[in-house]
Amino acid sequence: MNMELSRRHFLKMAGVGAAGTSLGAFGFGGVEAAQAAAIRPYKLANTTETRNTCPYCSVACGIIMYSKGDLKKGERADITHIEGDIDHPTNRGTLCPKGAALHDFVTSKTRITVPRVRKPGSDAWQQVSWDQALDRIARLLKDDRDANFIKANKDGTAVNRWTTTGFLAASATTNETAYLTYKVVRSAGILGFDNQARV
Amino acid sequence: MTQPWTDIKNTDLAIVMGGNAAEAHPCGFKWLVEAKAHRGAKLIVVDPRYTRTAAVADYYAPIRQGTDIAFLLGVMRYCIANDKIQWEYAKNYTNISYLVKDGFAYKDGLFTGYDEMKRDYDRSTWDYQIGPDGFVVSDMTLQHPRTVWQLLKDHVEQYTPELVERICGTPKDKFLHVCEMIATTSAPDRAMTSMYALGWTQHSKGAQNIRTMAMLQLLLGNIGVAGGGMNALRGHSNIQGLTDLGLMSNLIPGYLAIPTEKEKTYGDYVATRQFKPLRQDQTSYWRNYDKFFVSFMKSMWGDKATKDNDWAYDYLPKLDVPAYDILRMFELMREGKVNGYFCQGFNPILSIPDRAKTTDSLSKLKFLVTMDPLDTETSNFWKNFGIYNDVDSSKIQTEVFQLPTTCFAEEEGSLANSGRWLQWHWAGGSAPGESRHDTWIMAQIFLRLKKLYATEGGAYPDPILDLTWNYADPEEPTPEELAKEVNGSALADQFDAKDPTKLLTAKGKLVVNFSQLKNDGSTACGCWIYSGQWNENGNNMARRDNADPGNMGTFLNWTFAWPVNRRVLYNAASCDMQGRPWDPSRKLIEWNGSKWAGFDVPDIAPDAKPGTVQPFILNQEGTARVFSRGMLRDGPFPIHYEPFESPVKNVINPAIRGNPVARIFQADVASFGDSDEFPYAATSYRLTEHFHYWTKHNRVNAVLQPEFFVEISHQLADEKGVANGSWVRVWSKRGEVKAKAYVTKRIQPLICDGKTVHVVGIPLHWGFMGAAAKGWGPNSLTPVVGDANSDTPEFKAFLVNIEPTSAPAIA
Repeated sequence: MNMELSRRHFLKMAGVGAAGTSLGAFGFGGVEAAQAAAIRPYKLANTTETRNTCPYCSVACGIIMYSKGDLKKGERADITHIEGDIDHPTNRGTLCPKGAALHDFVTSKTRITVPRVRKPGSDAWQQVSWDQALDRIARLLKDDRDANFIKANKDGTAVNRWTTTGFLAASATTNETAYLTYKVVRSAGILGFDNQARV
Repeated sequence: MTQPWTDIKNTDLAIVMGGNAAEAHPCGFKWLVEAKAHRGAKLIVVDPRYTRTAAVADYYAPIRQGTDIAFLLGVMRYCIANDKIQWEYAKNYTNISYLVKDGFAYKDGLFTGYDEMKRDYDRSTWDYQIGPDGFVVSDMTLQHPRTVWQLLKDHVEQYTPELVERICGTPKDKFLHVCEMIATTSAPDRAMTSMYALGWTQHSKGAQNIRTMAMLQLLLGNIGVAGGGMNALRGHSNIQGLTDLGLMSNLIPGYLAIPTEKEKTYGDYVATRQFKPLRQDQTSYWRNYDKFFVSFMKSMWGDKATKDNDWAYDYLPKLDVPAYDILRMFELMREGKVNGYFCQGFNPILSIPDRAKTTDSLSKLKFLVTMDPLDTETSNFWKNFGIYNDVDSSKIQTEVFQLPTTCFAEEEGSLANSGRWLQWHWAGGSAPGESRHDTWIMAQIFLRLKKLYATEGGAYPDPILDLTWNYADPEEPTPEELAKEVNGSALADQFDAKDPTKLLTAKGKLVVNFSQLKNDGSTACGCWIYSGQWNENGNNMARRDNADPGNMGTFLNWTFAWPVNRRVLYNAASCDMQGRPWDPSRKLIEWNGSKWAGFDVPDIAPDAKPGTVQPFILNQEGTARVFSRGMLRDGPFPIHYEPFESPVKNVINPAIRGNPVARIFQADVASFGDSDEFPYAATSYRLTEHFHYWTKHNRVNAVLQPEFFVEISHQLADEKGVANGSWVRVWSKRGEVKAKAYVTKRIQPLICDGKTVHVVGIPLHWGFMGAAAKGWGPNSLTPVVGDANSDTPEFKAFLVNIEPTSAPAIA
């Protein structure tokens, strides 16, 4: 069952129903109509709801994100509000002081929005294109791997390891990101591989 | 966690030790509040600070940080002495009746086989006696002096309430009160849950802290039952998933091992992983190891992994040390042996110990690549921020890349929570600026590297060139494609083993779960424990039916839990030897005469007879290990050791510093302080308003807790002439911080072995980036010491000094 849709429709319908009922029942004509028109529509009824999971601790509370614009329709979508998901068995709609302020993370002023590079010895960032950054990184990786890859140990056993480059993975990325990361890192022979679980 | 969060409502008693759930996991902690309100459950908190969890506890006992093992061995001694054991459970479901080899012994804080030069043990005597039938010898009367039971009784005997008080600083009467409360749960129909977090893991004996409680829980019969279990309240939202998927030096997804260079061939590797049952009729599920391994190799390298080439065994790197974990990598960096490093959403400049060393190490890199939605301290480590990051940029030759990634709100996929639920989420917002998904970035790096190897050749390009990459858009694999790859699929038609005419899974289809995986190369699976997450029934992680028919908090149709949607691990132990629930009012599963059924997925073969097949099916024994054989480096039983930096000597053996097999690097030894110079016992902790070094970027959280502080007692404040809210300098052998003093009653001095010990609390949420006031983290002060088994650094117990100071200049 798609609860996203049903909830949203329910809210819309409830708003319309309440206005209609009071108008009909009391029959104050123009005064009531004017008043009804002045009532601000339920703000969230015009937003798109998306289910997500709080990215902080591993209680993994369910959240509902409200956005202006619908990503699924190919529109630009700006998250305007985030609240607890009342259907979620663990948090049942509640959030802690961190989860309740999630919107501030999404819109944080210190989010980075462009690739940047800091050259050796420099004291400043310099904006670069993705292609410039990625090509340079691939070149650095290839050169380091070629120079330091160990094919066999001193006994002649194939060991195929590369220990002069390492990779620290996060622990708030998705499992799908994690698996793809695993494939890329391991196929290169990297052993200096770790994640936040270590600390 | 062995349980889901929602199971905590079923408990009779919760013990929070090594954690502070009310503060750090508030929405999960509510289930304990539920248990207190509706079941009359009690809560015990044992902690150096009177925490927010303690504030709602039924009983609070103080303890000096780093002494939990002594405390819990003391509780075990009490339970043994007072016959507070769940006997049917302990005798049948654990190894207490097994006989241990004659050579094994304990003396003065060490077991047989210690080599001081190597800082390691020869563990060959730490094992069972094996009979002529190939099975473990046991004595169900428990009278034989070599039974685990008798050895355990001897081992815990020295941990008297008096010794516990000397070591832990816990007054004897408080300790005994806790013992009495815990001992009540030895009744078959009472359950205790252990809720812990980094307060237990971040020690040089973190794994043994947890094991000690697990042993106690086994003796009390509290593992596998509703409301019981060992519950690691994990930190980040997907710290469980990253571990499950093996993003660690020595792991392959699903807790398989990266080979060592001693395992020259696949034959060598798999020979030590046969996992023959050590008791008659037992399951020993790891016997399927080769199926999971071969399926993983097929997932990675497809047709290039064949029986003839040992499933491309040479494509895997081989280890020459136990692990290239983060502490080892930063040590190698400092030595100039690492050139390149990636930080994908990880901020080591604030999260690994000894910040000065960390900065020094990063400065020796040729290049550093950071991938993060936020402007982290690590990506700016080369930049001068006055006293908060006092570096000379011109002297740092590291080329640093900052790659902007999307955040949770802008991406789709699954996260594994602490209770092993794999929950799918959807993107709702557009990515800001040029930020991109991590999957796109990883694909771009891979494809570019692959192209360089394809055109230029180079060092052993085969594993890169042959990596499976069958994505509709190779430039950006989708979460759906990746989730299916992890689930696994049939590479040839799969027939029922019992009826070869019956087609189970046709070639090209997704496997139902890991029971269909093969060791002959006819299946592929990225991570066997996740298999079943997205099969031909669809995306099981996206399921949203929140019905709970048994009212047991299992929610079987809500998302997907690994393994095979099981919610409570070892749940077959929730029943007696006849398969009847210990507590019929809290039934998870039961034996109905022909099979196991109930409100959870049975953690045993559905037709495995109770009383014959024992519930710990992953173990070769079929039983749980009170004696852990040679599986942990620091002992088959836990021993009390002091932290590396301790205010008191080890009263059991004053010659032993720290855990004698904990991992330390020679170059760090000079940076360990002692209590003459650094008399105060410091610990790190979290606040409910902040999440690590992340929420300080958020305006609301920065307003709620704007500023770094350290917490001290009134007594220490008076001694040092420090007023509440005034500035102090706190320093260790490795560095210093300045903070406002928060003088509280939440911390009280402890008396340990006749000496007054003052505790200094240091929260960990500040740095030099973001919206909050600039400050420092505890890692400016903490030592580089790794746990003997996990290499987790000792953040929770170290030494500092403190003095009044003036406010730092505004940066």
